[in-house]
This record gives sequence, structure tokens and C-alpha cells, in this order.
Amino acid sequence: MIGGGFGGASCARLIKSEDRDIAVTLIEANSTYIACPFSNAVIAGLRQLEQQKFGYDRVRAAGIDVVHRKVTAVDTKQRTVRLEDGKQLAYDRLVVAPGVELRFDAIPGYNEAAAELLPHAWKAGEQTLLLRRQLEAMKDGGVVVMSAPANPFRCPPGPYERASLIAHYLKTHKPRSKLILLDAKDAFSKQKLFEAAWKELYPGLIEWVSLSSGGNVTRVETDTRTFVTEFGSHVADVGNVIPPQRAAAVAALAGVADQTGWCPVDPVSFESTLQPGVHVIGDAIIAGGMPKSAFSANSQARVCATAVVDLLRERTPATPKLINTCYSLVAPDYGISIAGVYQPANGLLTDVPGAGGVSPLDAPKSVRVQESTYAEAWFKTITHSVFG
Amino acid sequence: MNRLMHTLVAATLVVAPGLTSAASPPGAASCLGCHTVAVDGGPVPALGSFTAEQMVTAMQAFRSGSRSATVMNRIAKGFSDEEIKAIADWYARRKSK
Repeated sequence: MIGGGFGGASCARLIKSEDRDIAVTLIEANSTYIACPFSNAVIAGLRQLEQQKFGYDRVRAAGIDVVHRKVTAVDTKQRTVRLEDGKQLAYDRLVVAPGVELRFDAIPGYNEAAAELLPHAWKAGEQTLLLRRQLEAMKDGGVVVMSAPANPFRCPPGPYERASLIAHYLKTHKPRSKLILLDAKDAFSKQKLFEAAWKELYPGLIEWVSLSSGGNVTRVETDTRTFVTEFGSHVADVGNVIPPQRAAAVAALAGVADQTGWCPVDPVSFESTLQPGVHVIGDAIIAGGMPKSAFSANSQARVCATAVVDLLRERTPATPKLINTCYSLVAPDYGISIAGVYQPANGLLTDVPGAGGVSPLDAPKSVRVQESTYAEAWFKTITHSVFG
Repeated sequence: MNRLMHTLVAATLVVAPGLTSAASPPGAASCLGCHTVAVDGGPVPALGSFTAEQMVTAMQAFRSGSRSATVMNRIAKGFSDEEIKAIADWYARRKSK
């Protein structure tokens, strides 16, 4: 198993719990996992980064060999994985759950050095804290500029939850400030719900600029914190660039990413369509209707674990159904959700017709409060099942 | 003794090379994204606190809209009666283990 996030760590544990005779090694470069869900609340000062951190002691205690090393090579013919210390591991089946990497070649002017001034904060950790500190240091009346990428990317509602919670911070602490969200698309997840909530909670504070209104960022200038678009430019006091993404580098090492940068898989077993014997789960895959979320990764991990055990025991994996549910916070006590049910069709995970959808637009305040409570409960349950 | 041996061999033959997946019923695994099986006192009810019949009744009510919900109504619409029953039976068996 390569990658120890919501997909990988889960899948490793489930394979082991389904069949204790299978030796499972989890290779994860970092000894502490910092969860992205709820990290927008850290940016807005509503939560501490420590609450996002998880270790691998319980994964180890479940009988899994956890190795904190980087992968330097994958030989899918010999079925071996090479680590940075030169050690080589042999496998019968490999599962890759690499997550995403940010594309520092996509927006001219936005590279790793630029991210130190205009944080992406799209991988939780120091970047999350950097954006928070910049917001804290900003004067009242300042302008926050964010940019969101075109699809596909990790956590489709994430930029809009972030804009909401930053707006909450501004409204509370710096009420004369403003947030401009430049978008490389014309529609986004839970759009009507977000827009209605912005109107209600943060009137005049958030300005969303769609692709067709000039939202596509063509260049950034870090020294002046300027976002250049096709229609003009915006100077930020605090800037947050969420750049385009692709499957993280180890996917390319394993030969499971295609020319799009993402990984095509069989939707029944999550086996790569490019490399037999290698499975891919989580944000890195081309999942059809299923969004790139921690919940999706975890659902896929559960199905993939059973499929891997089945294939190792020469059984045929069964056709699965998977669920995704994503909560977003628009304010600390205001939650909204999107849900979907998916099944394999035409080589992808496809929405089951008639199922899923978003929270009702006309729901009373009590439902928003309830969904914010469920959001926290979900985080607690899922992190406990993966790391606890 | 001989008969016992035969029985064991037969049982082994049925289980070992069987080609049927060991998977839980379609959809069942995803429930654990939000729910636990053991009761933990959180706001999301533990699946182990229901009988199979209660779970079937609840899912059908969510699906028809006769029972209000935040998210379960949207999820229940993705499952047939047979699938709901299979999931409910599976969780009821897990609880009793």
C-alpha cells in the first residue's frame, strides 16, 4: 500500500482485518497525517491544526508494517517497490493511494516559491497556518483574493467553503474587508446553497467571478500580490491560489496515470486499467461521477480492500455500490451537504439515477445547524476508523 | 471418523476454491463512512442499535420521504428493496457476532 491517507490507511487496515494471513505494508512518507477536511476552519481561526493531525500507531497495532519512506521506483513487471533507502519490497498486489500534487507548471508565476507568499493551503499543514497568519495580519478593509481551478480537483466544494469561512472571519474581525473569488469555471458544487448563504450571512462581502466574467487567472505576480485574469487584474492584501492538480508523482512512477495526469481504474476492483496487479483509489483516480473527497476515498478503500482480498484468494470481486457524502461549513453552525450513490457503468463510477443531491435550498436554520453537527460527527467517526 | 473426515474435506472444498466474492452487500461498506456499528453516543445513530427490520423500515421511509432526514433520504433513493434488505441483514449479523 502506497499512501497513508483516508484511502490508503483505511484500505491497509481493511485488507488486514478481512484476512490476517495477508501481509500488508503501508508506505507513507510522513509520520504524521494532517487531514484536509476541516482545515478551512483552521484557516478561519475556528480550529487548531493539532486537531487535524493523526499518527499511525493504531495502524501498526492492527498488524500492518508501516514504513515512513519515500518511494523512488515501482517495477510493475517484477512487482517490486523501491524505497529511498534502497530497500526493495516485493508485492503480489499493490494499492496506490497517492492523493494529489499541486501543479506548479499551470499558472505562470505560481511555483513553489510563490506559494510561500500566496499560499495554496490545499494540502493541510504549514500552508494552512501561513494563510491563517496572513489573514490575521491583514488590516481591516483589506482585500482577500482567492482563485479556484477548473475541474477536476480535490474537494470540489472546498474553495467555496473556504471563501465562506474566511468571510466569517472577516465579518467577525475585519468587517470592512472583502473577498474576491476568481474561478476558472462557470458552475461549482452546491452553488445555489453557497450563493444563498453568502447573500444571507455575508452580504456584499464575497464577490464570485465566474470564468465567463473573467475569473480565469492567467498569471500571478507575487511581488505585488496581483492576480492577472483575461479581463483585468486584482491586487490582493492576502492571496490564496488553489492551482490545478494531478495525481501525485508516485502514480506516474507506478505507470498508473494517463496523459490527463489522473488514473483510470476498473470501477469494480479499482485495478488500474494501465497496470495489472496495481490498484488505485482516492483523489488520484478518474472516478466518473464520484467527487475527489475523503469520504469517496474511504468508500473506495473499503471496496478495493475486499476486491484485493478476493483476487489474492482467486475469487471474483462483486459489483459494488458506493456512497459519497460531503459536508461544507458556510459558518460554524451552518452546514450544507451533497450526497451521491454510485455504481459501475461504462467503465466508470456513475450516479445511480434519482439518488443523491444537495441539501434543500429552503431548509430551516435548524437543518443547517444539524448538518454542521453531522459534519463534525463525520470527521470524528472517519478519522477514528482510519487512524484510531 | 471417516465420515467426519469426509465432511471436513467437503466443507473445505466448498469454501476454499469458491469463486464468490467475500464482499458485503453492495453499498453496505459505505455506511461506515458516517455510522459506527457499536454504539458511541454521537449524533449519528450506530447501526448496531437497530434490528434488520427496523433498518429496512427506516430506509424505506427515508426513500419514500415519509420520514424526514437531512441526508439519508437522498442516499436511500439509490437502493432497491432487495439491496436494503441485504444491507440490513448483513449489519444485523455483524452486530450479533
